[in-house]
Amino acid sequence: MRDVAVVSFAQSATRRDQTRNEVEILMPVLREAMAPTGLTTHDMGFTCSGSSDYLAGQAFAFVSALDAVGPWPPIQESHVEMDGAWALYEAWVRLQHGDIDTALVYAFGKSSPGDVGRVLALQLDPYVVGPLWPDAVSIAALQARAFLEAGHDEKDLARVVARSRRNAAGNPHAQLSGEVDEATLLDEPLYADPLRMHDCPPISDGAAVVVLAAGDRARELCERPAWIRGIDHRIDVQALGSRDLATSASTKLAGQKAGVGRVDLAEIHAPFSHQELIVAEALGLNESTTSINPSGGALASNPVMVAGLVRIGEAARRLSAGEGERAVAHATSGPALQQNLVCVLEAS
Amino acid sequence: MTDTKVLSAPHSMEFPYTRSTGPMVGAFLTGLRDRRVLGVRDSAGRVVVPPPEYDAATAAVLPADDLIEVATEGVVTSWSWNPKPRAGQPFERPFAWALVQLDGADTGLLHALDAPRESIRTGMRVRIRWADETVGYIKDIACFEPAS
Repeated sequence: MRDVAVVSFAQSATRRDQTRNEVEILMPVLREAMAPTGLTTHDMGFTCSGSSDYLAGQAFAFVSALDAVGPWPPIQESHVEMDGAWALYEAWVRLQHGDIDTALVYAFGKSSPGDVGRVLALQLDPYVVGPLWPDAVSIAALQARAFLEAGHDEKDLARVVARSRRNAAGNPHAQLSGEVDEATLLDEPLYADPLRMHDCPPISDGAAVVVLAAGDRARELCERPAWIRGIDHRIDVQALGSRDLATSASTKLAGQKAGVGRVDLAEIHAPFSHQELIVAEALGLNESTTSINPSGGALASNPVMVAGLVRIGEAARRLSAGEGERAVAHATSGPALQQNLVCVLEAS
Repeated sequence: MTDTKVLSAPHSMEFPYTRSTGPMVGAFLTGLRDRRVLGVRDSAGRVVVPPPEYDAATAAVLPADDLIEVATEGVVTSWSWNPKPRAGQPFERPFAWALVQLDGADTGLLHALDAPRESIRTGMRVRIRWADETVGYIKDIACFEPAS
């Protein structure tokens, strides 16, 4: 395998952005990510993006986002109708071919113009589930109950939320942050029983950009590159009632394949509080030795199709800044943690 | 400018494809039309409802000509409360979603459960309430309701 590293990362502030379109959100982030490399988007050997046309409500909406990159003269480019973490996976595979040394990965999503909970119902089985339009929060709540009734306590969920908000106070890109008391959280009424409103993610619009480089090129472009030591993604069966919702077999397998081991920090893509605990357990993480979601995670800001790529970018950025030597980043896709990607990073 | 009226126009997104439901889902839906629920045995020996065309573990084609009828009554394995019903969902008022393992099945079927929130428990027995007219569609099941 060819050594590939994250050499630059940038992300937008996440909020409901009522004034800018996707290209306008993406452009300054692209510029910010390219700046430290001294390169332009046209120097990139490959470009890959992740987004969802269903969020924009328009077929091939991702094509218009290419205006931010400037695809003329023609560039080598691809797109996944998935979170940008999977675009990064494709770019990593493309770099393994050996004929190019750099790749640009970006993701963008505006959830605020529509009803994202309803839009996400469109990813469900179209024959026996989709016609009922179960929304994303309702499905997450089914999973939360399975998790709680498998022997967990709602205090664990409150602890995840309180830590997310506390950590997000140091993250200028986060949407929800601050000191909240766990007992106060538990005093709040149930919303989508058994979930409270704070167990669910905010509605966020945003974009993120990662620059990848291979071998010596990475060392030229970055003082302390975050090397990808393992990356793998796995999927669970589609039917929600055919798998154990309280655990994540696909995360566990992806973690084994990627070789998680001991890590200083973990960025977990868990839009709902109980999902962080399911993923941490599947990856064998221990909070006493691993800093979990130092950015605040997806509970603090959840730009759909972007938040998974942000986990990889956040983990890489922190390693490059010397906050640790080894990290794991996780991204999820589909209902109730159906599909999971695990990326292990190192810097020294 | 004091007039902040925004121009708007309807934009309807649709993908107007006609799809065949295939031998397995088609048989399941036809079963619903006849007020019967069908599943299939997978490689692990589980009776899976609704029946998938392919085995989740081995990817083998499962036998559409050997479907197993399960009961129209079963047990709630998980549930959630939906405080904000959306267009197209089974009820226009707040209601519960439930995964129900029908007697004879080893997996859960997702649908709405029409019962007061405070009465719902994992493990409670529920049965199918059929739609007045069944046509071979998942909504032939109107919802689940308490069995007693």
